[in-house]
Amino acid sequence: MTSPHLLWLLAGVGTILVLASVIGEILRARLSPAGQNPVIENLNARINAWWVMVICLALAFIAGKPGVVLLFALCSFAALREFLTLTTHNRADHWSLVACFFLILPLQYAFLATDWYGMYSIFIPVYAFLLLPVVSSLRGSTKDFLIRVSETQWALMICVYCASHVPALLYLQIPGFEGRNVILIAYLIFVVQLSDVMQYVWGKLIGRTKVAPTLSPSKTWEGLVGGTLTATAVGTALYWMTPFSPLEAASMCILITLMGFFGGLVMSAIKRDRGIKDWGHLIAGHGGFLDRLDSVIFAAPIFFHVTRWVWSTT
Amino acid sequence: MIPALRVFAGRVTGLAISTFARFMTAPRAIWQGIEPVPHQRVYFANHSSNGDFVLLWTTLPSPLRRQTRPVAALDYWLTSPLRAFIGREVFNAVLIDRRPEARTEDPVAQMVAALDQGSSLILFPEGQRNSSDAPLLPFKSGLYHLAKARPGVDLVPVWIANLNRVMPKGEVIPVPLICTLTFGSPLHLEPDETKEAFLERATQALLALRAPA
Repeated sequence: MTSPHLLWLLAGVGTILVLASVIGEILRARLSPAGQNPVIENLNARINAWWVMVICLALAFIAGKPGVVLLFALCSFAALREFLTLTTHNRADHWSLVACFFLILPLQYAFLATDWYGMYSIFIPVYAFLLLPVVSSLRGSTKDFLIRVSETQWALMICVYCASHVPALLYLQIPGFEGRNVILIAYLIFVVQLSDVMQYVWGKLIGRTKVAPTLSPSKTWEGLVGGTLTATAVGTALYWMTPFSPLEAASMCILITLMGFFGGLVMSAIKRDRGIKDWGHLIAGHGGFLDRLDSVIFAAPIFFHVTRWVWSTT
Repeated sequence: MIPALRVFAGRVTGLAISTFARFMTAPRAIWQGIEPVPHQRVYFANHSSNGDFVLLWTTLPSPLRRQTRPVAALDYWLTSPLRAFIGREVFNAVLIDRRPEARTEDPVAQMVAALDQGSSLILFPEGQRNSSDAPLLPFKSGLYHLAKARPGVDLVPVWIANLNRVMPKGEVIPVPLICTLTFGSPLHLEPDETKEAFLERATQALLALRAPA
């Protein structure tokens, strides 16, 4: 499933990471030789984690469809484990939680791997939505019932349903783009994550005005505008590897970077409410899987459906 | 079985168990009051699940893990050949008998002997799994007797959060949720401190770790 365009994109990302690592080491040597500056240390931890994430993604791309589906199934598992750690549930929900992890999650990705669009696009919003509360109600506990089932459903929608729309891009059929769908995944993740990174960089450099001070102290208007415009400019310049024209690519980039930003905002609101800073601790410097994936999770279903409506024959 | 083979099987089983524990709980160790260095210690923790000592053992860095032995109930761990294999070969547990009328060895003497061989210990001072609504059951006196017999050893409180939600008592299949283990500052027995005062202080030190920093 490797195409020359994918190799170029990976080579480009590799170059960016080499540059970032060099800059990170120079900053460390100048400002934090004994590891005393937490911002520099966090920056270097983030860059190192990026290397690991990019290598995992590249390996999955090389392994083809099964590799990509498996990688995102594992990401969904880790994300769901983080999300359900913070939701309201009691002993009566034990079996519905077990079902989320060991029945619904594997089934969703199995439907995806067999290209059963009619099923994977409604399985969680219809079947899981109606049947999971039944499992919880059978144990007879009514305390916080609506809160418990709603939060569980929300966790499934975010961590499994929305996240699974990233590998779903592999199954679109776009005339003239056959065999290159993996580019759509690489492009989506690259543009959205670049927007995240550039929002962070612009925000650190010139950020003054906070977008939503009660939700997130680190999101500024300067960062938002600078980050989305930079990512959109780069994404537009890469239109030749996508099925889009330059104008279409620019519109898609604005759409997915804004969705990515909204994803970060919504997930920050949840974290703030639960009194935590990060969803987890497994990705050094970044926090948890959800901290890194929140923007992609919000952008993926919209990117998938718009691409499907306009360009795909399925 | 050949001894070398038993040791190998124990290592492999230990790796499989701790990998499974990581998969289910992505355990996070917060070394709040003490560093993870190979000093001799008695880790004492709350006990809400059978997985407690597995999780504590899993989160210790491997040099510490090799010298740390859980204190476990003989009347539970010797009831089947598989449990006996796991208790002895995998975790090298100090097996004590909780039944005063049946036992032939003094549990405190067994624990002190293990300390004298250089081992660290994992101990659950509640003596049984806590399935009540109270955060902790009253401590048994073993921790006090240990503190008195070997006053130089660090007694480290460890609060294990969330494991009772992963595997509530009576359930068969665990739910994957993130667990946190908070390691507090070490305790020692003060001169002239009574048993009741010491156990109360140890209880409060453990409870103080409930809200992660």
